[in-house]
Amino acid sequence: MQGLGAIYRKELADHLSSYRFVLLFAFIALVSFILSYMAGINVKQGLEGVAKPKFVFLMLFSTPGVLFSMVQFVAFFGPLIGLVLGFDAINRERAHGTLIKLVSQPIYRDAVINGKFLAGLTNIAIMLVSVVLIISGFGLILLGVVPGIEEILRVFMYLVISIFYISFWLGIAILFSISFRSMATSLLATAALWLFLSFFVGYGAPVLVANTVAPVEQQEGTNQNQLIKNTRIKEAVSLFSPMILYSYSAAVVVDPTRKTTRLHLMGFAEQISLSRFQNPLTLGQSIVVVYPHMVALLAITLICFAVSYLIFMLQEIRT
Amino acid sequence: METQKIIETSDLTKRYGRQTAVDRLSFQVEEGEVFGFLGPNGAGKTTTLLMLLGLSRPTEGSAKVCGLDPLRKAREVKRFVGYLPENVGFYGDLDAVQSLRYIADLNGMERGEAEDRIQEALKVVGLARDAQKKVSAYSRGMNQRLGIAEVLIKDPKVLFLDEPTLGLDPDGALRLIDLIQSLNREKRITVLISSHNLYQVQKISHRVGIMINGEMVAEDSIEALAREKLGVGDKTYTLEEVYMKYFQEV
Repeated sequence: MQGLGAIYRKELADHLSSYRFVLLFAFIALVSFILSYMAGINVKQGLEGVAKPKFVFLMLFSTPGVLFSMVQFVAFFGPLIGLVLGFDAINRERAHGTLIKLVSQPIYRDAVINGKFLAGLTNIAIMLVSVVLIISGFGLILLGVVPGIEEILRVFMYLVISIFYISFWLGIAILFSISFRSMATSLLATAALWLFLSFFVGYGAPVLVANTVAPVEQQEGTNQNQLIKNTRIKEAVSLFSPMILYSYSAAVVVDPTRKTTRLHLMGFAEQISLSRFQNPLTLGQSIVVVYPHMVALLAITLICFAVSYLIFMLQEIRT
Repeated sequence: METQKIIETSDLTKRYGRQTAVDRLSFQVEEGEVFGFLGPNGAGKTTTLLMLLGLSRPTEGSAKVCGLDPLRKAREVKRFVGYLPENVGFYGDLDAVQSLRYIADLNGMERGEAEDRIQEALKVVGLARDAQKKVSAYSRGMNQRLGIAEVLIKDPKVLFLDEPTLGLDPDGALRLIDLIQSLNREKRITVLISSHNLYQVQKISHRVGIMINGEMVAEDSIEALAREKLGVGDKTYTLEEVYMKYFQEV
């Protein structure tokens, strides 16, 4: 498709040479470095004098060190990457009077938005792949374990899911950069939606809805059915948040011992003692567990991009 | 000499809600002509240009550019129409050569061919010496020249220039107008120029069209319009007098 290549190359070059990218990359790399270091130290201490379990390598990604694990970090702050890369994609061109010039060239108009989205996607991929490689290399030194094929595949799956998750936010940012003329407005709108979907829909709303629909009375003792109903509603509501979808998918993929996304109605110690008698899942089985989550994540990304695409194609461009 | 119609519109209309921006516009521009497109701000000139480029969908009526419908054949039309928008913008962190290379890339030009055309275009507009400077350091006059270079590298048959001399100093404006005239004479490029500077338009236009409130109130050579409105034959007249006459009537 004519024009797509040209726009893609220009956008990618712009991103890679911008301070914005360098700062963002430095920030992400630094935090991952710290997180994996803490996780590595934790794992090392925890494993001293114990028979080495399978999949130690993956624990670099799934073990919370002091604050949170790598997987949780990407779930919380990954959207920022998409936001920063996309919030001014279209309205910056509009403000500088270059958009009209672009669309009066003999290209299909969708090449503009496709090129920008693909360049952002490539950027995200570059960032995540290098961060994962840094952590892996670090893990090799710190833990002295070599990842097996299964672990490499799992890390690869984790990368794919993460790239899709961040692309969703890139899509949202581009959508707002089309709809809002002002760059500040589109930045704020994306940030607001991020906070709303991740934290309110992810954590606040589920409790609110569940306690309204199926309140759990403390005094009555534990009414089991009520408790289960309450928990189920909580889960169902929280799945409206892309962050929860992603967290589940990523956590199951990097942790073969996780067999369900359902909440466990038991204590941590019980879980540990139970899991001792269970074998880890194969990669295929892990994927089966989170297949619906992954498909949902992919679907919202595509829907979001399709909406931006439609709006952009139908919009009249005058400047 | 047989001339071909480069632009032909019939009853071209654009409405935004209840407001009519362009009202049943029918006019023609012939090959090799410089057509001055006049009218007050908000008369619908830019909207007309956008419809001719296929960037805006007419509410009614139709337009043809070189015999092609700009809505259906948007890409073909954009291949040979160079459009310099009013207040054209540039990527400030690129230099002139890089900007032109991007445009060449978007037009699907081969690398070698593109480099030749870029050098030629820079020479034509007189920017060859400043080609390595970042565009953000350019003056307004240089910006407009770079804008012309950007439309020239695709070797256009037609140029749509929307207020190309706006905000230029008198000398810069004059040089730009001379450049446009030489492009028309030497390369036989048809030019549709919209401007408020009537003196400049009078200098280079073969014919003018005056658009007021979305309607074309006059379309002819300046001489013919002067004869009709001012009743002067070979006395001196200016386009400004003609224009004001039309403007007062509406």
